[in-house]
Formats: sequence, structure tokens, C-alpha cells
Amino acid sequence: MQDKPLVIAGREYASRLIIGTGKYKDYQQNADALAASGADIVTVAMRRVNLSDPNEPMLVDFIDPTKTVYLPNTAGCFTGEDAVRTLRLAREAGGWDLVKLEVLSDPKHLYPDMVETLRSAKMLIDEGFKVMVYCSDDPVFARKLEDMGCVAIMPLGAPIGSGLGLQNLVNIRLIVEQSSVPVIVDAGVGTASDASIAMELGCDGVLMNTAIAEAKDPVRMARAMKHAVIAGREAYLAGRMPKKRYADPSSPLAGLI
Amino acid sequence: MQQKRDTMKITMNGEVRDLENETSVLQMLTSLELNPAKVAVERNLEIVPRSLFAETMVKEGDRIEIVRFIGGG
Repeated sequence: MQDKPLVIAGREYASRLIIGTGKYKDYQQNADALAASGADIVTVAMRRVNLSDPNEPMLVDFIDPTKTVYLPNTAGCFTGEDAVRTLRLAREAGGWDLVKLEVLSDPKHLYPDMVETLRSAKMLIDEGFKVMVYCSDDPVFARKLEDMGCVAIMPLGAPIGSGLGLQNLVNIRLIVEQSSVPVIVDAGVGTASDASIAMELGCDGVLMNTAIAEAKDPVRMARAMKHAVIAGREAYLAGRMPKKRYADPSSPLAGLI
Repeated sequence: MQQKRDTMKITMNGEVRDLENETSVLQMLTSLELNPAKVAVERNLEIVPRSLFAETMVKEGDRIEIVRFIGGG
């Protein structure tokens, strides 16, 4: 009954849920949600320090980077050069080479710019980074990214922060079937059932931020997501019953009085 | 009486600032009350490794970026 652990770039993770650290009321709430979620990895951003407030709260004081894996992102980068520069700083700040590449385009939909994403991924891999890549749900691009050496393929389920749930199950499933690196749905999850659907499709994990941070009770939603990911994974491994067009009684018809 | 030291102009996180001459990256962070263990520093687009903060001198006209991790998705 034992499941295989999630393995990304040779390292094992007990949880298949990755959570973001943006949009929370404060870092304490974020830390509480992390504890409730059971996640081993959090995404983080890299920004200038506020020179006028050296005593501002620091993320590292609430979420210990020696206990939780920090996955630095490239949010706000629009070119490969920006992404490499940001992640070099992140590597120096934390010493990790596992990174989340996201090269976005239009603020209206925050869809990944796949041409620039491919170019950026190549630059980062050449610098020794292990790249988990946010990408469109296009199996052709997903294949190119895997062939290039990305360590995880992370197609969007729906636009970032939209909470719409997975919009294209067919494409996500095609990507799952063709990939030999982990496939992690990144973005679009709105509630627990969305996370379960992703896992039931055979995804290796789910990455979410807003679904937890903007829930009325983020800590409770974090716990819900933990269960949803486990439930979806278990259902996938169990193998669902076939769908039928007509009813099929659960109680035997033989022996009726 | 203490002699007034000369200063130099640098750009730090996009702001032009005066800094005393002969200041190392480590001294610069200390004067800003920043914990060197919690930030990363870029000098003229090159990373300054944390192990070299003490011996890396800031020079007139340098463009310095000091960054840290914050919440993100």
C-alpha cells in the first residue's frame, strides 16, 4: 500500500503539495498554513530590502529554510537574463540550485511566454540550476522542456490566482502520460476538489498559493489541501471504477423476498 | 577633533546615497543594520559571495543591490 515518494532532482519529498508564500495576512499566518499543509517546499520571491526599514519582518524568521525547502521563483522577470540574475542572487542568499522558472507575459492572464521560457530554461540549466518550470499546458512545449533537462514540468491548471480549477484535463493528462520527470500542476487551483482532480489525473504534485492565502480561513484551507492531495493521489493509485451510462444496483437482486 | 572623512556616491537599490570611503560590503550592511546572513548582494551586476563581504570594497559609482527572500507564489 506504500506509495513512492515524490522525487525531484534526486531528492525525496514526503508531501506532494507545494505552497506559495505570497498574499498572506502576515508571515505568521503563512507559517501556520505551512504547518497545516504538511508541505516540504515553499515558493519564495527575491526582492530588494527596504532600506528605510531594516527591522521589517523577514520570511526566514518565520519559515526556517533549513527545515523547509525554499524554491525561489522568477516572478516579475520577462527575459532569460532577468531570470538568471534573480536566481544567482537567490542561490547566493540560500545556497540552493532548485528553482522555479516562470517567465510571464501579459498581466491580464499571466500566461507563460513559452519562447522566452525555453530560452531561459536553457540559460539556467547551463549555469547548473535545477529548473522546475512553469509552463503552458501544451504537451509539445512540455516535451521540449523535459528534453532540455528541466527537473519538473509545471503546467498551469488555469490562470495564476484565478481559482478556476483545471480547465484542460485532456492536455494535463497528455503531459502526465508523456513525461518521465514529475508533473506538478501550478496555478489555477481554487478549492480542495481541484487539487484532488489534478492528482486523480496522475499528476505528481500540486503547487498553489492563492487558493490557501485568500481562503477565509487559510490555515484550515491548507489542511483541506493536504487531505485533498492525499485523497486524489490514493484514488489515482487505487484506479477508479469505469463510468457507466445506466444504474447498477449495489445490493444483489438474487434472494429478494 | 575627528577629521571629516571623504564620502563617495553610490547607487543602492536604485537610490543614490553617500557612503564613507574605504567601506567594505560587510561594513555597509552593518551600517544599514542588515543581517549579512539574511541578504544577498550584487555589485555592478556581479554577485558578491557572502564569504567575501568583509574583503570586498565598495567603490565610487558602484551600483549595489541588496535583496532578501519575501513571500511569493
